[in-house]
Amino acid sequence: MSSLVKCPHCGLRPREEFTIRGEVPSPRPASDAPANAWFDHVYLRDNPRGEHREYWHHAGGCRRWLVLSRNTITHDISAVVDASTLKAGTKS
Amino acid sequence: MSVLGKLENGAVSRSGHNSERTDMRYSALSLLGNAFSKNKKWTPAWRNPDPKPHYDVIIIGGGGHGLATAYYLSKVFGVRNVAVLERGYLGSGNIGRNTTIIRSNYLLQGNNPFYEFSMKLWEGLEQDFNFNAMVSQRGVVNLYHSDAQRDAYVRRGNAMRLHRVDADLVGRDQLRDMLPFLDYENARFPIMGGLMQKRGGTVRHDAVAWGFARGADQNGVDIIQNCEVTAIEREGDQVTGVQTTRGPITCGKLAMAVAGHSSHVARMVDMRLPIESHALQAFVSEGLKPFIDTVVTFGAGHFYVSQSDKGGLVFGGDIEGYNSYAQRGNLACVEHVAEAGMAMIPALSRVRILRSWGGIMDMSMDGSPIMDKTYLGNLYFNGGWCYGGFKATPASGYCFAHLLATDTPHETATEFRMDRFERGYLLDEKGVGAQANLH
Repeated sequence: MSSLVKCPHCGLRPREEFTIRGEVPSPRPASDAPANAWFDHVYLRDNPRGEHREYWHHAGGCRRWLVLSRNTITHDISAVVDASTLKAGTKS
Repeated sequence: MSVLGKLENGAVSRSGHNSERTDMRYSALSLLGNAFSKNKKWTPAWRNPDPKPHYDVIIIGGGGHGLATAYYLSKVFGVRNVAVLERGYLGSGNIGRNTTIIRSNYLLQGNNPFYEFSMKLWEGLEQDFNFNAMVSQRGVVNLYHSDAQRDAYVRRGNAMRLHRVDADLVGRDQLRDMLPFLDYENARFPIMGGLMQKRGGTVRHDAVAWGFARGADQNGVDIIQNCEVTAIEREGDQVTGVQTTRGPITCGKLAMAVAGHSSHVARMVDMRLPIESHALQAFVSEGLKPFIDTVVTFGAGHFYVSQSDKGGLVFGGDIEGYNSYAQRGNLACVEHVAEAGMAMIPALSRVRILRSWGGIMDMSMDGSPIMDKTYLGNLYFNGGWCYGGFKATPASGYCFAHLLATDTPHETATEFRMDRFERGYLLDEKGVGAQANLH
């Protein structure tokens, strides 16, 4: 993986400043949703070979949650946006 | 002499493609006989056949688990019209990318009998498949660094003994005699002792792939390399066959043994899995004089080390902590592993690392494997082995073959169900999964 990651707030920063949370999951189900909706949300993963969207936390910088689009074979990062730009209840 | 006669009968052309049966049996006598014939009569260990149009069972994945499955399927369960499809070459995946450790020091009811079954298979494996896999039961020591950790290990040791698995608690003084080079006086993590399984040890990992491949091949299994599955054909709730880079093949049953890439293959039948793929690195140092006799694992960090017969230290640590299908790791993890190693063995500071490599792990959400039928009637799944696939290789093959042949799980593998996450029956041996910060 590249050593520098472009944070939308801080610019190019060393990879060590970030903590990787993992795949952006399907939207959180309603509290009264059936058990299988929660099972899907908590346990199942797309785990794609190729383009992958995941949560990163810029712990050593702006401390914002970010959404990275990263290729899981080449580790190329194609986009970084602040997580607040995600539409509520969707994956994009 | 019968051995020599058999050699001559079994000899096949070395040039190019061969599909003749190679049934040479290895022994001291065969070594001697071949020495007299100037080693010109050794035959290939397995055939290199073209795929047939149909098989009763197709196993996707020619790694340790897939080959072991084919071996036991053909040997124990009498299913011989079997193909193993391998995307690359045999031994190119995780079977050749691990730290070669075998052990059965598990706590939980659902795990221990399975891994002990595996250990028993390791103990007889070389005679069974007539191949030298250098099984070395040199002992595995897990260090503990606090009273609480000792108590946890006592509990685990007692659970092992209740399952008739050997376990010994080794005190600090005794440990000092065995492993004098550890940092016993570490201010933060003093070493207080260890839990030892004397029957644990190491195995030459690629010889395991070769041995199983040769054994399966001799039983009539077709091992087809450079054959990537690109699609899975379905009809209703049944699988009918696969599309491969070497053409379509139909099958009665389809078995997945592609840990590391399980999600990728499962997507071909629209199946999502409770699995993430992560890279795990392993390292080998320059050759040193003998100084580590056993396998030793650190209790205050994630680090495990043994010394190979060539003298190199073989060691590893944590997963990288992000999804990856690239068989390589990053330098931050190299540093992390080196730091853990030096905290345990300060003398490692002068050791040079010769090689490192990465393998892709199926990290399941509870850290335990999955071996089960799927929602498609004749598609079977074996994966989610996390860090622990190598030691499980023989039992995984045996139990998966049992599942394929009888449609019921083997008695030691009843807890590895795919729906356990949905039902809430997690098999959380260590309470870890794909989240690196929980390791």
